[in-house]
Amino acid sequence: MFLVEIGKSLHRVRTWVFALGLAALAILPVVILATSPGASGGPVFFDQIRHSGMFAALTVIALIQPFFLPLGTALLSGEAIAAEAAGGTLRYLVTRPVGRVRLVLHKYASVVAQVGAAVVWVIVVGLVAGGVAFGYGRLPTLSGTTLGPGVAALRIAASGAYAVAGMAGLAAIGMFLSTLTDSGLGAAVATMALAIASQIVDGLSSLHAVHPYLFSHGWFAFVGLFRSPVEWADILRGLFVDAVYVAIFVGAALWVFWRKDVVS
Amino acid sequence: MAVRGLTKRYGSLAAVDHLDLTIERGLLYGFLGPNGAGKTTTIRMILGLIHPSHGTVEVLGEPMFGRGLVASGGTVRALRRVGAIIEEPAAWTYLTGRRNLEYFARAGWPAEDRRKRLARIDEVLRTVGLEQAARKKVKAYSQGMRQRLGIALALLGQPELLVLDEPTNGLDPQGMREVRLLLRRLADSGTTVFVSSHLLWEVEAMCDRVGVLAGGRLVADGPPSKLRPAANRLRIEVDDEPKARTILASLAGVTVDSSGREDRGALRVELAPPATPGALNAALVGGGVAVSALVPEQESLEDVFVKLVEGADVPR
Repeated sequence: MFLVEIGKSLHRVRTWVFALGLAALAILPVVILATSPGASGGPVFFDQIRHSGMFAALTVIALIQPFFLPLGTALLSGEAIAAEAAGGTLRYLVTRPVGRVRLVLHKYASVVAQVGAAVVWVIVVGLVAGGVAFGYGRLPTLSGTTLGPGVAALRIAASGAYAVAGMAGLAAIGMFLSTLTDSGLGAAVATMALAIASQIVDGLSSLHAVHPYLFSHGWFAFVGLFRSPVEWADILRGLFVDAVYVAIFVGAALWVFWRKDVVS
Repeated sequence: MAVRGLTKRYGSLAAVDHLDLTIERGLLYGFLGPNGAGKTTTIRMILGLIHPSHGTVEVLGEPMFGRGLVASGGTVRALRRVGAIIEEPAAWTYLTGRRNLEYFARAGWPAEDRRKRLARIDEVLRTVGLEQAARKKVKAYSQGMRQRLGIALALLGQPELLVLDEPTNGLDPQGMREVRLLLRRLADSGTTVFVSSHLLWEVEAMCDRVGVLAGGRLVADGPPSKLRPAANRLRIEVDDEPKARTILASLAGVTVDSSGREDRGALRVELAPPATPGALNAALVGGGVAVSALVPEQESLEDVFVKLVEGADVPR
């Protein structure tokens, strides 16, 4: 079931369009810096790319984190069940000897895997582009110390994994919404709207009391990996919040789908 | 396959109302009913897609529902051995027909079933006559081709039970005939086939047993020949119509239809005991009337169907 989902995605044009778009985004900061020596500002880590091309990978994670990554996640997870319902294929999947629990879990796993593939893809493209333009020097941390390329690579990988964990929470919400409707686009748009709303609320300081409970609150905590010492507390709290969202919403999706009358 | 007291209520409306149905293995069962009779709801409950309000469904000896919900073990064990078309075939339109079969084959378990299904793809494509179109995307398929792909998918797992919702929908007469022959062949080799249709003649032509559903209830269930009463009407062609009328009027149990719709030289009569077609013929010939044709006229299946369905039209 998992491999079927991946295979279906590989045969869709939109998957490759999205991959191309992500690659373009990953190269963009490097191109800007390489062509205009005075450029500065921009997203987190942007200026540091000059010191080490490895930062290009981190810049692009920071770049796609607020919008493009949630967009892809919302689309994949929101469509997971609902688009099959709309297309009529859901009744044929449910009458395969699969079991409804397995169906939901495999679909969810395939969404997270595809988001993971997207993150790996931008990291690889960013590393190559940044390395070609600026080389792989020692990585200066935000606290002034430097990291060797080996340790730096590990932390970049950890940043990617952390971003995927954040998206896993959002994907769980999308999956749950997807079990409620026969409109894949509706579920995807609702999921995206929640991702935007969560980030807006997170930006309103008067609502700081609810900030720790927002799924998007910890999305940028991976920056703490590039401080010395590493700010583990924020990262662990972020992972905990992700885990809670995954547990609640995957659980809710299973509960709803188990009881659902498949009439589509 | 056995269904006991199967009921599905939507609010106060019963879409399916205490349905009892037992279908023995190897039987080709026709499921008839007008639109909205509850055929599709019944089929969806049989396949574990819709949860019944009451009642039980047993498919190939496995319970489909436990405590009112899809029973994981039983449902999956049963579905391994079932092939189905539900309402109409569906496919991932951005994939080729062949890849659709491949992915549906992979989207199941256990692994031995997957392997068996993957190995059968070419065979089922041949069976439904889709070898040529197998590499085209389903987007480009005609309705008939989609229907064939749906049948191919249903056959893929060599099912012991086939549940087909109007399988000949969208097929040309040649295709319909092929499907009827295929289903007959499968039933003769031991597959249980449950086929719904609104085409009465089609069901009559191929099924061993027919059930008629109306208002969520089974209003008739039996072999197609038993569904319609034995012929008790005759159409008689004679050379001398007035003379024939006189002779017939003197016979006990014979009523001549004088509604005036008879064509020239032909009479319609209704027989009741003790009259028989043979005795009637002998009387006519004995009276000097030449009989050129004596044809039993059956009540049309349409008439039978409409009568059954109207009789069941009770408030729910």
